[in-house]
Amino acid sequence: MGTAAIEVRGLWKIFGPKAERIIDSPDAGLEPAELRAKTGCTAAVRNVSFEVRPGEVFVVMGLSGSGKSTLVRCLTRLIEPTAGEIAIGGQDVRRMSSSQLRELRRHRVSMVFQHFGLLPHRRVVDNVAYGLEIQGIGRAERHEKARRILSLVGLQGHEDSYPEQLSGGMQQRVGLARALAVDPEVLLFDEPFSALDPLIRRDMQAEVIRLHREVGKTMVFITHDLSEALKLGERIAIMRDGEIVQVGSPEELVGAPANDYVADFVRDVPKSTVLSLRWICRAPEPGEPLDGPELPADTVIHDAVPAAMSSARPIRVVSGGELVGVVDRVDLLGAVRRDGGPALTASAGEA
Amino acid sequence: MVSAPVQAAPPVSAPPRARRLVRWAPVAVAVAAFVVLYAAFRNTAVLPHDDDATLFHWLNDARDWVDENRNSSPIFLFVVNYVRLFVAELYTGLQGALDALGWPGLIGLMGGLGWLAGGWRVALVALAGFGGIGVLGKWDASVDTLALALTAVLLSLLAGIPLGVWTGRSDRVRRVVTPVLDVMQIMPTFSYLSPIILLFLIGPASATVATMIYAMPPAIRITALAVQRVPATVVEASESLGATGWQTMRKVRLPMALNTIMLGVNQTIAAALSMVPLVALIAAPGLGVDLIQALARVNVGAALVPGLAIVLIAIVLDRISRAAAAGRARSRRVRWSGFAALTAAGLALTPALAPEFPEQWEIQIVRPINDVVDWIEAHWYPVTGFLNDTVAYGLLNPLQNTLTSAPWWLVTLAVLALAWRVSGPRPALVAGACLVGVAVLGLWQHGMETLTIVLVAALITIAAGLVLGVWAARSDRFAAVLRPFLDAAQTMPSFSYLLPAVALFANGRFTAIVASFVYAVPVVARLVEDGLRAVPPTVVEAARSAGSTERQLLWKVRLPMARSSLLLAANQGIVMTLAMVVIGALVGAGALGYDVVAGISQQEDYGKGLAAGVALVLLGIMLDRITQGAHGRRNPHKKRNA
Repeated sequence: MGTAAIEVRGLWKIFGPKAERIIDSPDAGLEPAELRAKTGCTAAVRNVSFEVRPGEVFVVMGLSGSGKSTLVRCLTRLIEPTAGEIAIGGQDVRRMSSSQLRELRRHRVSMVFQHFGLLPHRRVVDNVAYGLEIQGIGRAERHEKARRILSLVGLQGHEDSYPEQLSGGMQQRVGLARALAVDPEVLLFDEPFSALDPLIRRDMQAEVIRLHREVGKTMVFITHDLSEALKLGERIAIMRDGEIVQVGSPEELVGAPANDYVADFVRDVPKSTVLSLRWICRAPEPGEPLDGPELPADTVIHDAVPAAMSSARPIRVVSGGELVGVVDRVDLLGAVRRDGGPALTASAGEA
Repeated sequence: MVSAPVQAAPPVSAPPRARRLVRWAPVAVAVAAFVVLYAAFRNTAVLPHDDDATLFHWLNDARDWVDENRNSSPIFLFVVNYVRLFVAELYTGLQGALDALGWPGLIGLMGGLGWLAGGWRVALVALAGFGGIGVLGKWDASVDTLALALTAVLLSLLAGIPLGVWTGRSDRVRRVVTPVLDVMQIMPTFSYLSPIILLFLIGPASATVATMIYAMPPAIRITALAVQRVPATVVEASESLGATGWQTMRKVRLPMALNTIMLGVNQTIAAALSMVPLVALIAAPGLGVDLIQALARVNVGAALVPGLAIVLIAIVLDRISRAAAAGRARSRRVRWSGFAALTAAGLALTPALAPEFPEQWEIQIVRPINDVVDWIEAHWYPVTGFLNDTVAYGLLNPLQNTLTSAPWWLVTLAVLALAWRVSGPRPALVAGACLVGVAVLGLWQHGMETLTIVLVAALITIAAGLVLGVWAARSDRFAAVLRPFLDAAQTMPSFSYLLPAVALFANGRFTAIVASFVYAVPVVARLVEDGLRAVPPTVVEAARSAGSTERQLLWKVRLPMARSSLLLAANQGIVMTLAMVVIGALVGAGALGYDVVAGISQQEDYGKGLAAGVALVLLGIMLDRITQGAHGRRNPHKKRNA
């Protein structure tokens, strides 16, 4: 199963009576609505395959009802998949006994939930230490570790509060700390910031980016917010009706949407902030000067503006030492202008 | 529903009045048909009472067989007798322990528990309440009653909480347990006394088991509810961290459900205490014995003293368990040190003070109360007598004559039609079958007599409850005045309502009606009020903005939208009325309730008493099914979501 941190092949989850019979029947090809009308079953995840590389932030994005939350729960079998293969760190999750599965959840994969899932009758420090407690770790040791993690997420001084005394953003930091406390290889996030106010959500996204830099965990992040997906994801999978429509980097999704659905999704994204020079550079015209500033091909268009402002000559776009094309001021302005007015409403509209 | 074929007429709906006529026409026709049939078949196919029915003798023989084989049949030898011994030993042990504390020790312990659960206020209530029991001069009997109630509560919780957890966790268990609990709660408490003494003989063991049947359902129901209400996300979070099922249960579900479960404990205690006078019929020691004897002699003063003692115990235990359910308040150290201090103080006083509650502290209230009762009888008779006679001659006698002179099949048919109209075909068939069952048991006449009292009492209760509930829903001020009365009424053990009724109206059917009225009206009024208040404010606002008057709001918006609450109120009112009317046998309401009492006290009437108990259950189920539209008819098209 290679070197992937998580590998999923042909995963299905169908809710309802005799679900496993549907997989191999022609009914499996039906649209979810038709399937429900015909069999009373609901297909939440349909034949999904993807890989997550070690240390990567992999985002699964989709509207509500697209099956993304079911998908992430299938990874550690919080919801039992109907069919398909799942490997985490090369180990077959679906073959695991219940005790092996518990070990996986205790030590290797932990999860952050949309509604936090904190225990109201326990102090913050005991909430964070909960995962260690059920592993059988002694009180002194687990509290020591919990306190360290709490300061990592910026909650020092709140150890003895009860969850209800904290704001939503702080509660989710506790949820994050609880997931981090067991030092897992993989962190799963199920729409962790959807219940938070926009400003706090932005802080928390920055927090995740910072933590990813500091601790370097593999992360699977579920969201329905495109701007959040573009901000956090190294690669993004777009789900619709239980299927993955496209997997790719933010640039690939915005620059080359696989179909109308994805195109419609990314239409209002300000392209100059996502796409790189590679997408707009052109072959130099005869006689065009080639002694302008030099920028790598993966520079985001927006970031090339200062270079263009400081020099009137076309920017040389290079990749691996080779010249791949040039971009002049008109090209840049054109790219920025295409984003036009809607750019503002697009990012605000996601909230 | 009549689905009209393709209509040639233009889609103009009939005027509302005409449509209403069409809808009520079948009802009018049915009523007319019943009147005609009654006139035609009156006094045919009636089933007069016969004390020597074969079934009664057959049941007596069965009783004799059990008595002969009690010490040889393996079921008794290895199961039933051991259960009886265990329960009796548990009671003896608890009783001994409470006795050993001495009266200062027990008062101190109660104060300490009050402090532990709710601070100084509850501690004060507990100290005053148990001190008051001593002052009433009923200390020893109260200790017996407390021990019996605690035995039953303890066993109910030991069995009920795990069963409740299981019920809350498994749909399959819930489908089995729920209907059983329904029947357990519909059954009038009298009905199971006879079979229990057959198994466990008379005494504390039988009393404990009878109390458990009544007290366990709330423990199971509320625990199941509490466990179900634990948010799924928290459970999921625990599972995602690799907790075992048991770890999630112990560290997540139970702690989060604890406060609600304590509410179940509260309900269980209340139910257990309301059984005290009834189990005295099967020779349970304690306050109930004095109470029953005093009631039989219509000595209100002598009945009021043990009655007050039970009410005091009920109030103290209610406040303590309710405070415990309300959750953590202060620091653990303050709570436990207060508990320890009060308990230790009480225990320290025990050896120092006399073992008996000092007689000079007791207050005799029997004579003054009886003087008051005598005065009421002498001076209020024109009013009480008038009320009594009006209800007896105006309502009870005509209704009873009608029911007993109508052919049994006509009554059954009427029940069938009524239940069908209100609740649908399946409940109607069950209700009809239950009534036929009463006839088969040979208790038709007595059944109809009981039914008469229940119907009259329920009619008065529901009418009054409706008025009070509507008024309370419309006026916050009235609701604020009413609420403390309703709260207090729900804490009281049910029989305590008999006492003022006896004081005013002496013994008889009307007393039972008054008692069940006082017993059931708070619940009916509260359900009506809650239902009306639960109507979404947006709907009310929309209707008001369209220019509705208050009256239109009530009749066109609030009452129709609260339909299911109103039906539930009627259902509860009728079931509670039945329970109380049966207990009314203790104050001369007669009929089936009296058959049960006689069956317990007289050997040769055992069979009739047992049959009467079954008949009461059947009547209970019948009345419940007739009004079951409240539970929401199950829609077969609505599938459960995965």
